[in-house]
Amino acid sequence: MKVMAGIQERKKEFKTTVDGIVVDRVYVPDNLPENEMDTSLPGDYPFTRNIMTTGYRTRLWTMRQYAGFATVEETNKRYKYLYQQGQTGFSVAFHLPTQMGYDSDHPLALPEVGRVGVAIDSLQDMEELWDGIPLGEVSTSMTINATAAIILAMYIAAAEKQGVAQNQLMGTVQNDLLKEYVARNTYIFAPEPSMRLTTDICGYCAENMPKWNSISISGYHMREAGATAIQEAAFTLANGIAYVQAMIDRGMAVDSFAPRFSFFFAAFTNLFEEVAKFRALRRVWAKIMKERFNAQNERSVMLKYHVQTGGCTLSEQQPLNNVVRVAIQALAAVLGSCQSLHTNSYDEALALPSEEAVQLALRTQQVIAYESGAADTVDPLGGSYYLEWLTNRIEEGIQEYISTIDRMGGALEAIKRGYIQREIRRSSYNHQKAVDAGEQVVVGVNKYTSDEPLDLELLEIDENVGRRQLERLKKLKSRRDNDKVRQILDRVRQAAGSEGNIMPVLIEAVKAYATVGEISDALRDVFGEYKEPSVL
Amino acid sequence: MTDKKIRVLIAKPGLDGHDRGAIAVAQGLRDAGMEVIYLGLRLTPEQIAEAAIQEDVDVIGLSCLSGGHLALFSKTMDSFRKRSNKEVIFIGGGIIPKKDVPALKELGIAATFGPGTPISEIAGFIKTELERGSDDSED
Repeated sequence: MKVMAGIQERKKEFKTTVDGIVVDRVYVPDNLPENEMDTSLPGDYPFTRNIMTTGYRTRLWTMRQYAGFATVEETNKRYKYLYQQGQTGFSVAFHLPTQMGYDSDHPLALPEVGRVGVAIDSLQDMEELWDGIPLGEVSTSMTINATAAIILAMYIAAAEKQGVAQNQLMGTVQNDLLKEYVARNTYIFAPEPSMRLTTDICGYCAENMPKWNSISISGYHMREAGATAIQEAAFTLANGIAYVQAMIDRGMAVDSFAPRFSFFFAAFTNLFEEVAKFRALRRVWAKIMKERFNAQNERSVMLKYHVQTGGCTLSEQQPLNNVVRVAIQALAAVLGSCQSLHTNSYDEALALPSEEAVQLALRTQQVIAYESGAADTVDPLGGSYYLEWLTNRIEEGIQEYISTIDRMGGALEAIKRGYIQREIRRSSYNHQKAVDAGEQVVVGVNKYTSDEPLDLELLEIDENVGRRQLERLKKLKSRRDNDKVRQILDRVRQAAGSEGNIMPVLIEAVKAYATVGEISDALRDVFGEYKEPSVL
Repeated sequence: MTDKKIRVLIAKPGLDGHDRGAIAVAQGLRDAGMEVIYLGLRLTPEQIAEAAIQEDVDVIGLSCLSGGHLALFSKTMDSFRKRSNKEVIFIGGGIIPKKDVPALKELGIAATFGPGTPISEIAGFIKTELERGSDDSED
């Protein structure tokens, strides 16, 4: 590149992010040699530009805000509010006890009841969560993993009570345990029994729920834990490979389940890196499904995914700056052709979002959809020398990691050895050091700081939420047929210890109003509990 | 102060799994020359108290991002004080609303550090507090 005598650049080296890709001054046709040119059209293999031919010109992405707090009463109200404000899909945040298989009356659960999500102990809670919301008409994503089978069973049973058959249900269950051991940490059982439950759900959905995504293979939480964009993409696809292989090992044909596999990624603030990441992800996954697994159905090779803007990019300082970050990140998700999107609220470094903040977050999506023009043509940044080059570099980075993980024996083995955890931890710490040293600027945090405190109206969780939920649970346990519950829990234990699919007995169990904690305990009796190995 | 290394325990009480901050602080304090025991996540107050006594630490850092900090931090501190008379410094981190800070101070949490805090600030705080404590008690 031409040396510019006498002209200084701001920095010695420009990078997408701290451990990211080094970016040149300008990109030209020479950066894209013929063997690196991807001239495929939207809707054509390898789907770099979009899985659909017409993209958002046919249908906009689903605007799906992750929400849940306190009891079903408060959360049902929030859902109806979001729906009325133009949200087009639901996304359930469960409180930690539900995610960890404890009822609200468990000693470990008490301080956490209704804090980070809605308290769901039994089918009764699930029924009331959807009161007045027709489950045959909406799509619902549920962020639930270790207890995914129980919660999915409850959703099926609640829909049935509304008169909606399971084969009509639309939505997604996260059901991705591998990333829990790496980043999100809501595992209960060891990797092997977890993998069994995951594949039970995928198998059950493949046979009974044709409109339901049986898994949402998630990079989001690894990114939040500190992964770079390339690491997020690579480790997620490596986990995806492990799930596809596990299903095949259980005797399923790849095209019977893969069309209902879905993904979940983050969008951070480097707009171009994020757009390139989504394009590279679609391309690499298509190649994996076709070349490695010999998938024939086009829907098996299409990467479809949900995006959430980056929670850890939000700052507690000058929280209004977050409005801008979220807008850029959401634009990246849209320019990257996502299927569904959650935009964070600007107050989320401080608390769960207030109604006002979540409305603005939703409005951000609506402004992008209807005013920015980003949804009017498919893959509008495609063909930019820089973006195409960046897409290729990210693809290379992903492939390199996948080869390394393949050599280790796959994602499960790489996780057991702590390899993926260590890689992420290194990136996280490098980022932290760069921010502390001021090398990575975070506006309002380490540059352009101010001491003026901003008083925001934050959402407060009702102090009595624990007591109210405990009363509900106590009433339920006194009213249901407890002999029936005991019998069905025995059958859950038997099913867990045998080869068959566990879903049918779980559906029976939740219909008898056995609780999340009781069913989880029955599974613990058979599978035991997993204790994380020391990480530092 | 002697040259004895400052001993810090970092732990996450409760069910919250967000451990990025706790791990980064543990690494950062180690790089700042302290002896850091990272105990991990999903611990009961009793487990944290026992470990703090066994490891004879000077500082206990508790992290919580689930909103359960008031109950979880106070239970952990009670549990420690029931078992030990040692004057340790308690610090907290996570998503802690400003309105809860006075209550945490009252409990005996010397400081809370939210997202965006440089680790050097935490290390500096610990050193200053320990020096002040030893000035008070010695000579």
